Amino acid sequence: MAVSRSEAWQGGIVAASRALTPEIRRIEIDVDQPVAVTPGAHVDVRLSIAGERDRRSYSIVDATDGGRRIALSVYTSPVSRGGAAVMNALAPGDRLELTQPLNDFPLRPGADRYVLIAGGVGITAMVGMAAGLQARGADYRLLYAGRSRPLMAYVEDLREAHGERLRLHVRDEGTSLSIPDLVDSIAPGTEVYVCGPIRLMDAVRREWMSRRRPIADLRMETFGNSGWFDAQEFTVRIPATGLEARVRPDQSMLEALEAAGADMLWDCRKGECGLCEVRIVGLDGDIDHRDVFYSERQKDARSKMCCCVSRVVGSAGRGAVVDIVTT
Amino acid sequence: MQQTVTAKLLDHPRNAWYVAAWDHEVGRKKILARTVAGRPLALYRTEDGRAVALADACWHRLAPLSQGALVGPEDIRCPYHGITYDARGRCTSMPAQETVNPSALVPSFPVVDRYRYVWVWVGDPALADPDLIPDMHQMTDAAWTGDGLTIHAPCNYQLVLDNLMDLTHEEFVHSSSIGQKELSESEFVTSHTDTTVTVERWMHDIEAPPFWLKNMRDRFPGFEGRVDRWQIIHFEAPSTICIDVGVAKAGTGAPEGDRSQGVNGYVMNTITPETARSSHYFWSFQRNYRLDSQLITTQLRDGVHGVFGEDEAMLAAQQAAIDANPDYEFYSLNIDAGGMWVRRILERMLLAEGRDHAPAPRAGAQVVR
Repeated sequence: MAVSRSEAWQGGIVAASRALTPEIRRIEIDVDQPVAVTPGAHVDVRLSIAGERDRRSYSIVDATDGGRRIALSVYTSPVSRGGAAVMNALAPGDRLELTQPLNDFPLRPGADRYVLIAGGVGITAMVGMAAGLQARGADYRLLYAGRSRPLMAYVEDLREAHGERLRLHVRDEGTSLSIPDLVDSIAPGTEVYVCGPIRLMDAVRREWMSRRRPIADLRMETFGNSGWFDAQEFTVRIPATGLEARVRPDQSMLEALEAAGADMLWDCRKGECGLCEVRIVGLDGDIDHRDVFYSERQKDARSKMCCCVSRVVGSAGRGAVVDIVTT
Repeated sequence: MQQTVTAKLLDHPRNAWYVAAWDHEVGRKKILARTVAGRPLALYRTEDGRAVALADACWHRLAPLSQGALVGPEDIRCPYHGITYDARGRCTSMPAQETVNPSALVPSFPVVDRYRYVWVWVGDPALADPDLIPDMHQMTDAAWTGDGLTIHAPCNYQLVLDNLMDLTHEEFVHSSSIGQKELSESEFVTSHTDTTVTVERWMHDIEAPPFWLKNMRDRFPGFEGRVDRWQIIHFEAPSTICIDVGVAKAGTGAPEGDRSQGVNGYVMNTITPETARSSHYFWSFQRNYRLDSQLITTQLRDGVHGVFGEDEAMLAAQQAAIDANPDYEFYSLNIDAGGMWVRRILERMLLAEGRDHAPAPRAGAQVVR
């Protein structure tokens, strides 16, 4: 479907909320205006997090009752930025504000073959895509990777719906996904859709690019909320102005800088646009690049970072410090 | 019970194939900018000849891609900052960065080359079945030949359909060429299916009007005398109307099926809504006699072009009058039977898309579809 970023906000009432796994809740919302949901669509939800109005994006799992009820899946990471806690606390009858379905990750009909790759809660976006491909009789595979089966949502539903086309990769069962093997197995003319943690997306993209496969055949959805390392507190300093801020695990470096009074530019807040770029002039620790804006070469150079999602980590309990220049 | 509302102007279905251009208009020399069903498109061909229809607005700052350049086998480059897209609308490179933004793309619309036209589907791409393209086989069938042109009609597409479904207007609008009083005096028969409407009219033992007399003399040099004349109007949803027209020597059996003593043409019309108040009206006149005569092909094309210029002027005047009299309604007559069936079919298509009869405002988010 056409790419529309025009936001229309409306109200919704929580109809149901239940835990699918210890970390993932399914939240069903009755929206005031029925919506048309295309595979890959998400909604933005307005939340009040620690007294601040903020917004979070959640992929739509499915829509029922003629688009009057939509279902989201919310993942609570050990170091959530706060959105999940607010979402998880929602109870039936609660009202919330949300957008119409937005789609930056549309499924395009007409490819020869499709491979859908989901990691963890990334399966949320893939449920609708797989259903859409099945409905069209397309040639598709759905790969679903997770740490352990009890932590993986929708497994039984997906097995029932997709049978042999579904392949589970479970780390605790020794069946982890081998990205190089996977990319080798993908025939030319296949469109690949990935949604999941940044390490999964980075690994797929690295293998993809190293084989000189067309970048346009690789589609990704990122909400910028996962990393290579657990989020820790660290210090960011701007030597030129003497500004210094502590970045708590539950906030981004961008948020900490803004709270400390730095005038920052940003747009997507999910590591895609590069507008929030800062230059690194001093570093005690390592960078946890969580963006998809930089190439591997640029990430390895450790000279810049997208402060909306990327973080700094220390080693052996030492607090990390980064000195930056803002644009 | 379903009620047909005689909406003066009708919104257009989105889940439909519309002609975007003649096949020769879409190529690699220049990118064609054309609005189809309210959607501005950039049309071009890949190096291997496939037609491509992309939204004519770059993902970045919405600069029109149609003012850009074709690069490589299939990519198009934005004229403003050089962002490139492939034929699927997927971003292939961005200036000044080593990666591409994962959400960067422009919508790409299904396209089919058929019957000398480039057809495009601007609705839900999952529903874009090429078998739904209306039958216009006379455009490419070896038993027929002809040529046509495009009229940019400054009116809602429904007014063009009304015009073609009731040809009694020929007596008044086209009095010097194909009009004659028998058009209004003769009986007509209307029939329909879920997606088609047919209006058939025969005029027996009449004088041939100038256009048809000329055609008869092309086939039967020196022809004099009276003719049996027919018009069989065939509508196929949403906006294609192929009209079987001709005359034969009176009493030689044309009404019973023997057209050997006559001349037969097909007026092939397909109308593409551009905006709520403008349309691309693609037409061609195809004939099945003197196939090798380019002279006749050109004379017929130019002749019909002159006739259709009279329609265009009337349609523009009608649209202006509609706009100038917003509080006046349409009334319907018996002669509108074919056109009213067309309206009902279109209303049902709009209903199936969850939409209303009247043209929607052009801007704004479509929350409910």
